[in-house]
Amino acid sequence: MSSHTFVLNGERVTVEVADDVRLLWVLRDLLGVTGPKYGCGLNVCKSCTSHINGKAFNPCSVPVSAIKADDEITTIEGLPATVGQELHPMQEAWLEQDVAQCGYCQPGQIMTAVALVHRVRAEGRAITDADLDQIRNICRCGTYSRIRTAIRSGAAKM
Amino acid sequence: MAEDLRRRRFLAYLLAAPTLAVAVQWIDPQRADAAVPTLPQPEEIFDLGDLQNLAAAPTANLVSVQVNRDGSVAFAVPRAEVGQGITTAVAMMVAEEMDLPLDKVTVTLADARPELLMNQLTGGSNSVRSIYTPVRTAAAVARQRLVATAAKQWGVKDSELTTRDGVISHASGRTATYASLAVAAASSKVEAATVQLKSTSDFTVLGTPQNRIDAREAVMGRKTFGMDMQVPNAKPTMVRRPPTINGTVRSVNNKAAVLAMPGVTDVAVVSRGVAVRADTFGQCIDGLRALDVSWGPGTVDGESDETVLAKLKAAELPMLVPGLLTEVLDAEFTFAFASNSPLEPDNAIADVRKDSAEIWSSLKVPIVAQENIAAQLGLPIGAVKVHVAQGGGSFGRHLFHDVAAEAAEISQKVGKPVKLMWSRTDDFRQGRTHPMCTSRIRVTHALGNVISYEQRHTSVQTEFSHGLGEMLTSFAAKLPIAGNLSFAESIFLLTQSSPYNFGVTTQLLNEIPLKFNTGSMRNIYSPNVVTAQELVVDRLAAKMGKDPVSMRRSFLRDNRLKAVFEKAVTEGQWGRALPQGVAQGIAVHAEYQAAVCCLVEIDCRPETVDRPVTDGVTGPRVTKALIVVDPGFAINPRGLEAQMIGGMNDGIAMALTSSLHMRDGIPLEGSWDNYFYTRQWNTPLDMRVVIAPSGGTPSGAGELAVAPSMAAVACAYARATGTAPTYFPINHGTLGFEPYPTEPSTPPSPVNGLDS
Ligand code: FES
Ligand code: FES
Repeated sequence: MSSHTFVLNGERVTVEVADDVRLLWVLRDLLGVTGPKYGCGLNVCKSCTSHINGKAFNPCSVPVSAIKADDEITTIEGLPATVGQELHPMQEAWLEQDVAQCGYCQPGQIMTAVALVHRVRAEGRAITDADLDQIRNICRCGTYSRIRTAIRSGAAKM
Repeated sequence: MAEDLRRRRFLAYLLAAPTLAVAVQWIDPQRADAAVPTLPQPEEIFDLGDLQNLAAAPTANLVSVQVNRDGSVAFAVPRAEVGQGITTAVAMMVAEEMDLPLDKVTVTLADARPELLMNQLTGGSNSVRSIYTPVRTAAAVARQRLVATAAKQWGVKDSELTTRDGVISHASGRTATYASLAVAAASSKVEAATVQLKSTSDFTVLGTPQNRIDAREAVMGRKTFGMDMQVPNAKPTMVRRPPTINGTVRSVNNKAAVLAMPGVTDVAVVSRGVAVRADTFGQCIDGLRALDVSWGPGTVDGESDETVLAKLKAAELPMLVPGLLTEVLDAEFTFAFASNSPLEPDNAIADVRKDSAEIWSSLKVPIVAQENIAAQLGLPIGAVKVHVAQGGGSFGRHLFHDVAAEAAEISQKVGKPVKLMWSRTDDFRQGRTHPMCTSRIRVTHALGNVISYEQRHTSVQTEFSHGLGEMLTSFAAKLPIAGNLSFAESIFLLTQSSPYNFGVTTQLLNEIPLKFNTGSMRNIYSPNVVTAQELVVDRLAAKMGKDPVSMRRSFLRDNRLKAVFEKAVTEGQWGRALPQGVAQGIAVHAEYQAAVCCLVEIDCRPETVDRPVTDGVTGPRVTKALIVVDPGFAINPRGLEAQMIGGMNDGIAMALTSSLHMRDGIPLEGSWDNYFYTRQWNTPLDMRVVIAPSGGTPSGAGELAVAPSMAAVACAYARATGTAPTYFPINHGTLGFEPYPTEPSTPPSPVNGLDS
């Protein structure tokens, strides 16, 4: 057991847990933050996608000890606050397109989408089909085409 | 059909309750009875959905619409929501008949209710069909009662009042909200009431595109799935599983060492492995990996794709037509094992006490789960409470309650509540599969006419949930099928029919009793049966000197199918010029009282097939997909479109990329980069759904698109490459990944997630 501190959705948190427990379980099982979902635990399905200092990452594949005290972890629950709104524009776009079916993958899809828009912006270009083709997030309900439309429309509003 | 409703009155019951509550008979038995035909091809008129409706008939007035003091209306739907949109459709029905805004209606999932008998089953795409009339009747009676209550208070006639947005108004300017009348309108005794339902032409909610009522919760990460539920002290629990399917535990050789690991609270041998309960799931994975277990044999040790296929071929039923005087076309197709694994892995919470138990899980047949778990625990049925959780997908998986039963077993063993999760690898390797099967077809033709069409489907046996089995047994006498068919054969006949005028037509199923863990996957037999059929139609066309479209035009029987077909031909620009290596494919399918046609374009040029994606299967890409669907009446066109899009992606996966490789008694697949369900780089860039309703009652939608999509992709692939595929998915022959070891059963989570 050791103590781990980081910033979670804008608040500093400290948890007592063994070093090698992956962050996903610290979030879900110990802190009760259930927006990031388990779909594989292997860094494959991307349904746990969250942000670390604004960059997409997969907490199922990061031991809690790898997180530094000043690292800012944002899960889907904290996404709206990053823009000071009740809903992030990407979430609005998701609602407009009625993307979700069962909804299980969608928190991860949205977090991936927001990070993608930021990355592409930083490269000074617009999102292409090739960018969208590279998204690895599984949607077993097959909502892919609505996801593509929603990302483009969410990007326009970001 | 819809127009009849205008003249007919429907029956519901006012319940004795503190606020207005109206209960309703769960199904209109007239319809199901009238639908029993005597035709050789039973699926067309009496299908699986009708069977479920018929079975649902005898249980009366058990589901109710409740008007709350705040004017909101609640309905607990005895069905599972796993993404198919049933809660949204039900809310729309209530909003429509009550003249209430959609956001005032809350729909929850009912707990297991034994008194509903087989009414509580979600499967075979029948949900919307079986509740369409009952839910609307209850809502209409509630509205009628509210109006009558206001009329009485104001001393006016009911007919002078109008309702809109949850408010009752009179020409005099008086108004009253439903909220203000919820108590006054309540009945003090159970009382029957009849009502007329709105006619389709008066609908303002039903038939209009609506967003899912749970969409906001979902995008905010607040929708609570089974995995997200918190029950006090129900700690994370996982199971170390055997290296072959259904293997058994001989001994655990280091229990004390694992118990001493950080976070681990319990280790227990159960029927399907060794359970580890801990503070976090991560520590369960560490614990189960550290276990040293000696295993006994499983039920299919030594079976691989090749051995199963050999057994299937040996069991194929003979063709009857010799084809001596005619031209013969023989074809045979093989379909690999596939997984119905949803993204949310199997999970359940169980809190088993000495004389009671409580279970939470996503269950499509909660009553059967309750019965079986009670028997397993040695408790009376009434002592077991079963709650239905929101499911992150199902695709047939949740027809079974394996995970709930296992959670109950573990909780009883360790004497504590548990939250059991199967790992992703467990889901693929030990979870239920869509069985391997073959489809043989013989067609005879002469002088431009098809004389006979015979299809022999041979499959590893598919287990159906107990719910369906019991339903079928008790209603067997009313079914339009003669003879002593097995349950699976009956399901086959109820779901399959040839849409073509191909003379003497027989479609038969034979199963081999291998003990794999099987179950029905979205659309059951249809994707395989229809793919085989449509490929043969294309080959026949070529033999008879026709193109795929003119061939189908000549032989399609059903008018609704003809209509969606012609629309797809036009909208999809059949025959447009395409480069070498790119081709179109078209396929039709009628099921669940709906008609569908898919037209796709596939790009099989080397530069597309070989495009690089790390750890992903690329292969041919479906670039364009069009689905034209006639659902009878589309309750929620936006939801229907979503189901069609999802079905298309399933069809693409089944035709091109997704299968299980069975090797020495276990599938090799262990994650989503092994089991290649459609990904963004495989999905069509141009996906279009055209809804062309012909009127009437709503059909099932959840599974409808899978079969014609798979078939259209297969036909397009055959035309683009000039080689007719005979083994599906087409990439099954190449293993595109390094399999995870079979021991320990769950791989470790990586630690390099920050490296990229
Ligand atoms: S659970 Fe993290 S990538 Fe699948
Ligand atoms: S919406 Fe169900 S997995 Fe994506």
